[in-house]
Amino acid sequence: MATMTMVKGLNEGLRQVLEQDEKALIMGEDVGLLGGVFRVTDGLQKDFGSERVVDTPLSESGIIGTAIGLALRGYRPICEIQFDGFVYPGFDQLVSQLAKLRNRSGGRIKMPVVVRIPCGGGIGAIEHHSESPESYFVHTAGLKVVTCASPEDAYWMIQQAAASDDPVVFFEPKRRYHAKAEVDTTAAPLGLHRSRVVRSGSTATLIAYGPTVDVALNAAGAAAEEGLDLEVIDLRSLSPIDWEPLRTSLRKTGRAVVVHEAPQTLGMGSEVAARLSEECFYSLEAPVMRVTGYDVPYPASRLEDDYLPNLDRVLDAVDRSLEY
Amino acid sequence: MGTVDRPRPAKKTAKNRRKSASSTNDPEFVQLLTPEGRRVDHPDYHLSLTDDEYRGLYRDLVISRELDAQGTALQRQGQLGLWPSMLGQEAAQIGSGRALKPKDTVFPAYRELGVQWVRGVDIISPFALFRGVDLGGRDVEADRFQIYSIVIASQTLHAAGYAMGVAKDGAVGDDGEAVIVYHGDGATSEGDFNEALIWAGVFNSPLVFFCQNNQYAISETNARQFRVPPYKRAEGFGLPGVRVDGNDVLACYAVSDSLLQRARSGEGPSLIEAYTYRMQPHTTSDDATRYRDEAELDYWRGKDPIARYRTWLEAESLADDDYFASVDSEASEHVLELRERVMNLSDPDVTEMFDSVYADVPPSLEAERAEAVAFRASLDEGSES
Repeated sequence: MATMTMVKGLNEGLRQVLEQDEKALIMGEDVGLLGGVFRVTDGLQKDFGSERVVDTPLSESGIIGTAIGLALRGYRPICEIQFDGFVYPGFDQLVSQLAKLRNRSGGRIKMPVVVRIPCGGGIGAIEHHSESPESYFVHTAGLKVVTCASPEDAYWMIQQAAASDDPVVFFEPKRRYHAKAEVDTTAAPLGLHRSRVVRSGSTATLIAYGPTVDVALNAAGAAAEEGLDLEVIDLRSLSPIDWEPLRTSLRKTGRAVVVHEAPQTLGMGSEVAARLSEECFYSLEAPVMRVTGYDVPYPASRLEDDYLPNLDRVLDAVDRSLEY
Repeated sequence: MGTVDRPRPAKKTAKNRRKSASSTNDPEFVQLLTPEGRRVDHPDYHLSLTDDEYRGLYRDLVISRELDAQGTALQRQGQLGLWPSMLGQEAAQIGSGRALKPKDTVFPAYRELGVQWVRGVDIISPFALFRGVDLGGRDVEADRFQIYSIVIASQTLHAAGYAMGVAKDGAVGDDGEAVIVYHGDGATSEGDFNEALIWAGVFNSPLVFFCQNNQYAISETNARQFRVPPYKRAEGFGLPGVRVDGNDVLACYAVSDSLLQRARSGEGPSLIEAYTYRMQPHTTSDDATRYRDEAELDYWRGKDPIARYRTWLEAESLADDDYFASVDSEASEHVLELRERVMNLSDPDVTEMFDSVYADVPPSLEAERAEAVAFRASLDEGSES
């Protein structure tokens, strides 16, 4: 088993895709010669050529829009949007074109396009470089949305996303890019749209994804010292959501706290809370709590520690849940 | 009525007289057939078709106009929700469409009934779309005619990407393929259009932008879209741009043929601005009397693409009254068949809104589908009892 960072996991996963599928392409700003600003595509243009790892114009609508055209021609593009806050110029092509073309065609055409987006804060960046725009895409029928929280998931999920005949928006938590962990490149991976219990417990359930899985695990570790046995679930897939592990967990713990960096209003926590209230009402001992970013634009980086969900805010929410 | 923009008289220079021999109000453009039906030469663009091909263009012009008129009629009769007429733009569409080869691929906007007709694609699809029974789906790969795109200019990027794919496939050069994307004058103000020009340019893709400048983006004239006409703007993106008389089917054919061949052979993208006029309102929902007057329409009636072409065919003895009557008769048959088919389009089943969203359908959507089906069934049971 190899130890690698999330960046390396993604890079190795993409290498597998390019080796195994001659129709796969990587395209984006600075993905070729430079290897991407985070080096996720490092070395791939050198090995697979500039026809398959394409440095594109600085043009997000163009990246998504031409990826659609390439998909119509039989290619399987994997696009990189350089930062979360730069996806909006490509918004129409993502939500009105990429998402809907299969439906408009009556199911006759497929759109095997992956849109990779480094996401989230916590790296001291300037504005537009720390956002969590997942709700826009989760709210858009026709797209699938996933996010990885570990190098192993990064390695496998990017390959699974590339194999999908539906368009996948793939969020990569940039503050976890350089954390190392073991990666099993041989065992059969969990399905792309499955959630996973990453820590088993009985007192309450923490539901997280992407960058906040680590936050939740740390909170569970600290809580254990206080005698609280928290379960942690990594959603992994934000659209569709794999509900069964959540229902199973709630029936066991009766309490849930959803943790994400995106603002609270109509964030993933809203949907998770509403659905679990509908489907697990008699199992709930307390309302589903949310620990999220605030309903403000992402703040100046000197304030991001106050904005981002952290261990203390998560444990505070657990305490409030336990008070019911 | 002081706000209406009218075509301005061109400067009467020797150069202009040579390029546009007949009408002093026309801008500078490639013309092979004057509004009076007189054949003129152009130094760069020539056309030599067989007699049958010349007659065929007339047939296409007339039949597509009649089918389009049915769109308007069917909307007025409550059979369609909306119809965007192409009346007046037949020459631009038939001329460019007939210059296409079978392997070429078309990316339409949403007013390209004439192109669809000459491509041999079943013309029922826009009628089904505007009746609201489906979203315009067809077998786009077999048709080599992509799906209608309602969001202005969005299709220009799809075409740019597709053309990149054509080049990646090595399908340029001898026996190469070209891609053509149709858009209007309004589209030239959109970011996507300008990005598509960038992409087509830097990747030297086999793509022809075919701008039908019909003078209007709903109510707004060219003056609100650009200070430099689209064909001139192309140069700034590194593409040749040519303006053609969009009501002259021969010129539209000749210029399209030349630039499509250029694309197929690997010489790169280009832009054609077909200078034409939208004789109908933007759609059947629009009221064009609020922004343009009868005098302007009269001016453009004098440039009708079909009348001038018929005059020329007669003068050249390429077609006689029997031929024209046979085309009218054939058009009537197509119209009757179309009306019959449109009226018999059945409403979709409730399941259809669920079934094409994903290739791999999520369980949560399957549950919603089952709920909708059960609810519809419960209503049907209620109405039966």
